[in-house]
Amino acid sequence: MKALVAVKRVVDYNVKVRVKADHTGVETANVKMSMNPFDEIAVEEALRLREAGTVEEVIAVSCGIQQCQETIRTALAMGADRGVLVQTDVELQPLAVAKLLKAVIQKESPEIVIIGKQAIDDDCNQTGQMLAALLGWPQATFASKVAIGSGDAEVTREVDGGLETIKLKLPMVVTTDLRLNEPRYASLPNIMKAKKKPIDVVSPDDLGVNVSPRLITLKVEEPAKRQGGVKVGSVEELVTKLKTEARVI
Amino acid sequence: MPVLVIAEHDNKSLKPATLHAVAAATELSKAGAGDIHILVAGQDCRPAADAAAKVAGAAKVLIADDAAYGHGLAENVAPLVIGLAPQYSHLLAPATTQGKNLMPRVAALLDVMQISDISGVVSQDTFVRPIYAGNALATVQSKDGVKVITVRSTAFPPVEGEGGGAAIEPASGPGSAGLSEFVKAELSKSERPELTAARVIISGGRGMQSGDNFHLLEAVADKLGAAVGASRAAVDAGFVPNDYQVGQTGKIVAPELYIAVGISGAIQHLAGMKDSKVIVAINKDEEAPIFQIADYGLIGDLFKVLPELDAELAKRQQ
Repeated sequence: MKALVAVKRVVDYNVKVRVKADHTGVETANVKMSMNPFDEIAVEEALRLREAGTVEEVIAVSCGIQQCQETIRTALAMGADRGVLVQTDVELQPLAVAKLLKAVIQKESPEIVIIGKQAIDDDCNQTGQMLAALLGWPQATFASKVAIGSGDAEVTREVDGGLETIKLKLPMVVTTDLRLNEPRYASLPNIMKAKKKPIDVVSPDDLGVNVSPRLITLKVEEPAKRQGGVKVGSVEELVTKLKTEARVI
Repeated sequence: MPVLVIAEHDNKSLKPATLHAVAAATELSKAGAGDIHILVAGQDCRPAADAAAKVAGAAKVLIADDAAYGHGLAENVAPLVIGLAPQYSHLLAPATTQGKNLMPRVAALLDVMQISDISGVVSQDTFVRPIYAGNALATVQSKDGVKVITVRSTAFPPVEGEGGGAAIEPASGPGSAGLSEFVKAELSKSERPELTAARVIISGGRGMQSGDNFHLLEAVADKLGAAVGASRAAVDAGFVPNDYQVGQTGKIVAPELYIAVGISGAIQHLAGMKDSKVIVAINKDEEAPIFQIADYGLIGDLFKVLPELDAELAKRQQ
């Protein structure tokens, strides 16, 4: 079977983002961009399925501007076999991405689609669930363990109260949580090899998908800053202050 | 048109997150939306529906009692919600793992963009939501016919869970979609309060060095009636289970008092706790970023400080 992973280009998780002066968004010019960390976990999981012989081919898909090719190259350097870029300059929201991925999936017919549970830029946590809905497939969100059987899979999910295991029919969509695996680093020879791997470029029009945004961002602001307080010299002083000054214990 | 809140419950009782989502629905009603209805979908969930009927501000409770809804599988519950959707202007759920799993599936089937994790209601179609781990707040407007929303609990103080008297009516959907089934749950058992509902939280990070050392935190937690949390680093290291994690992609908390022990303060952790009323940081590294947002900082070795804190609290409780 084939596995398809979706990878998003986001502001690197170590960057302290700054809101633009005109309040239209956050500063992304001259900022380090990387693959969404949850998508790295998705790529790793697909590669492990291939290494276990469950999956024959891993396809990495990204949707967005031309530079998303770099994110696909990162996935190819990790070991994915080939890439697809759905290229557009339109600001893509999760519903539009889910529709684009659905169109790619209908061409590629993977049996398992693995996506990060959340992108660390918009923090939406929607795309995987939306994609599963549009395809009429089951969804295993926030996965910490994936075991593929014949025609079905058992997935353990990280839920608020602990862990939950569900059984799903294939094909299915999995969204990754932090404990699913530790993604590998791409080695230098693999980075070189990745340069020769093919990336197909298509447009939303080619796929017949309308990607117009549904949500209008009216403004983006900085949250109220929290001021640092005081240092206390001892446990006794701390407890006294919590009792008499902050009055929280 | 009325507003529908999808209740979070365990069939026997309502989870506190439901009361926060109803609070957001109440703000929508004040902004001109209609009555508040609560959907309780589950199996043998009459007690939860009875509890929902008592929630302040609820005008009606819909109960969908079916084996297919017992474990909240999104594949089964989404079609039930879709069936009800035409009667509502807004569909809301708390931004818990349950709500986050279900609502985007509902939104996609309705061909609308979900508005995730709202922290403010500006009007019936305009909402505030945190992005970039809470380092920016976006005000977004939805032009979609029905608004599908998840609610950040910490941003909306809960409504009263008692005093209401809503009528309970049955609702039904297609039942099982035949795509998925529940196998098992391994839920953490604790006598302490739930993280997202606790008045006081004490969390440990990588500095705790091992899971065994968490007993030092637990002793203090029990003196304060606190919940115990953890940073991602502590969970990844296997010190404590995943449901302890506070942060951007874990639990978002805002207690009266948050005590961070051996936590350096990565932005991803701060995203989950910086709205706490009072923050205490205990760390041996004077330069740890956590001190920049802490109301009270204590520089010291946690293995010395925690037993001292435990003893000091015990002394004062006498």
